[in-house]
Amino acid sequence: MVNGLASRKKRAALITGLVMISPWLVNMLLMIVYPTLYNLGIGMTHYSGMGTPKWIGFDNYTFMFKDKLYGKSLYNTIYYTLLAVPIGVCTAMLLALAMNRKLKEIALYRAILALPSVLPLFALALVFMWVMNPRYGILNIMLGLAGIHVDWLGDPRWAKFSLVLLSQLGAGQYGLIFLAAMRGISPDLYDAASIDGANGIQKFWRITFPMMTPIILYDVIVGVGFGLQVFMQAYIMTQGGPANATMFNALYIYNNAFRYGSSIGYAAAMSNVLFFINVVVAVVIFKTSKYWVYEETNG
Amino acid sequence: MSLENTLKARVNKALSRFFLILVCTCFILPLYWMIISALKTPEELALFPPTLIAKKPQWVNFKEAVNFIPFFRYFLNTGFIAVMTCFGSLLSNFVIAYGFSRVKWPGRDVVFYTVLASIFIFLSFPVNTLTMVPLFKFFAGIGWVNSYLPLILPAFFGNPFFIFLIRQFLNQINFSISEAAHIDGASEFTIMRKVILPLAKPCLGVTAIMSLINAWNDFMGPLIYLHEESKYTLSIGLTQYSSAHDVEWNLLMAAASLVVIPEIFIFLFFQKYFVEGISMGSVKS
Repeated sequence: MVNGLASRKKRAALITGLVMISPWLVNMLLMIVYPTLYNLGIGMTHYSGMGTPKWIGFDNYTFMFKDKLYGKSLYNTIYYTLLAVPIGVCTAMLLALAMNRKLKEIALYRAILALPSVLPLFALALVFMWVMNPRYGILNIMLGLAGIHVDWLGDPRWAKFSLVLLSQLGAGQYGLIFLAAMRGISPDLYDAASIDGANGIQKFWRITFPMMTPIILYDVIVGVGFGLQVFMQAYIMTQGGPANATMFNALYIYNNAFRYGSSIGYAAAMSNVLFFINVVVAVVIFKTSKYWVYEETNG
Repeated sequence: MSLENTLKARVNKALSRFFLILVCTCFILPLYWMIISALKTPEELALFPPTLIAKKPQWVNFKEAVNFIPFFRYFLNTGFIAVMTCFGSLLSNFVIAYGFSRVKWPGRDVVFYTVLASIFIFLSFPVNTLTMVPLFKFFAGIGWVNSYLPLILPAFFGNPFFIFLIRQFLNQINFSISEAAHIDGASEFTIMRKVILPLAKPCLGVTAIMSLINAWNDFMGPLIYLHEESKYTLSIGLTQYSSAHDVEWNLLMAAASLVVIPEIFIFLFFQKYFVEGISMGSVKS
């Protein structure tokens, strides 16, 4: 009897739970599972968006090896990610360290640093086009005082870096996240280290940094994901130019799907490869994280 | 504390201040440059060295800017999408998060992994690089392209970020409250509405503001779904300036100011929520 009641209660809970989360199941099926399967299927076809897709097997994938622009777009994307993520982590860490001191005006810094993460990137991109204008932009006017002149968005050597600079407006947000983690570290650890005669640099590398590795891991994984999918900045500011220096993979996929006479099949195949790269990189970072990420339970 | 140590602490403090002021200046300067440029004449924009304050503020630029593109039309379009999205987010994510947090059912934690996985892999949801082609074809197939439905409707079915955010919050509410209500014979749905919902208001506030801002800032969704100019949002509407041959920078900056400045005020007004949202999102599961 008691058992029957318990299992009936369990079933009721299962039904209640499933009813409550059912919208998410619908969304997941339509917005994640369906697109993934669609991409896998249509990636095997030649499909312009009109008529019926023609089965061509792995031709889209073998074509990627021959497609120079595809190679370039992948190179650009990885270049951007490898630059933007480490710079972002370092900036966030420095900001957190600086904010961790007892400063009276901390609220002001906090507000200013969080602000750009809330503002629309499309507007910031437009503003940066003007800030980085080679002749009238404030950046070059200021650098001009030191005799430096850079054609930020017009020079293939600088264009990717210019977009990395724009991405650093998001570092303030991570600085705040890092600060929250930093403040969560037990002061006892630092006291013990002081007694042992550790200096500030030793304390950072032996206590602060290891204790913050979980949040750094989070930042790196999310940052790599955003880096690999970088799109809007290039779409608005450079359209992939100059000389395809900012033709990122996402932009190339977009162009193939919606511009170059719609190569939907090829675009889908490229999406699959990007997805694959993203997952592999995330898994590798997770797997290697046990060597550098501090786990609470061990301590 | 020794003299040497206090000196060291002071130097550290001064260095920190210097660094923070430097970064904050870098963050503020583009916005200042935007507003100042919005108030200049084309002739003044070309002056060297540049003027730091517009000689004679050209307020007329704002008027011209909103006439250059149907600004108010786009403003209303964006606002409509944002409000509907916000409404949908509040409705769906709270209930879903509740099902993941305060109801114990077999398999719950396994299903919750799908939420976590989608956060890490599909960073922006639902439209992103990986899903844009299939979603476009899907909504084109049912004739919804060029309508706001593909932008609004998914919000009514949950967003992994907000589910995660609210679940974290609900997990921290004492479970004995629910048990007491259960003993009194209340159903789970009644407890959700009458007991937990009032307690969850702070995190629902964060969700409301963040979903509003996300929809307002969305670029890729409108870009692939909206093809008729009269239906554009501000995000894709503003790029019309830069696709024109000669960019009139003062007008473009005026339009950008009109988008950005209200958001700065909203940010300052609701700052607590934003900062909370930022740190809440960072809490590990």
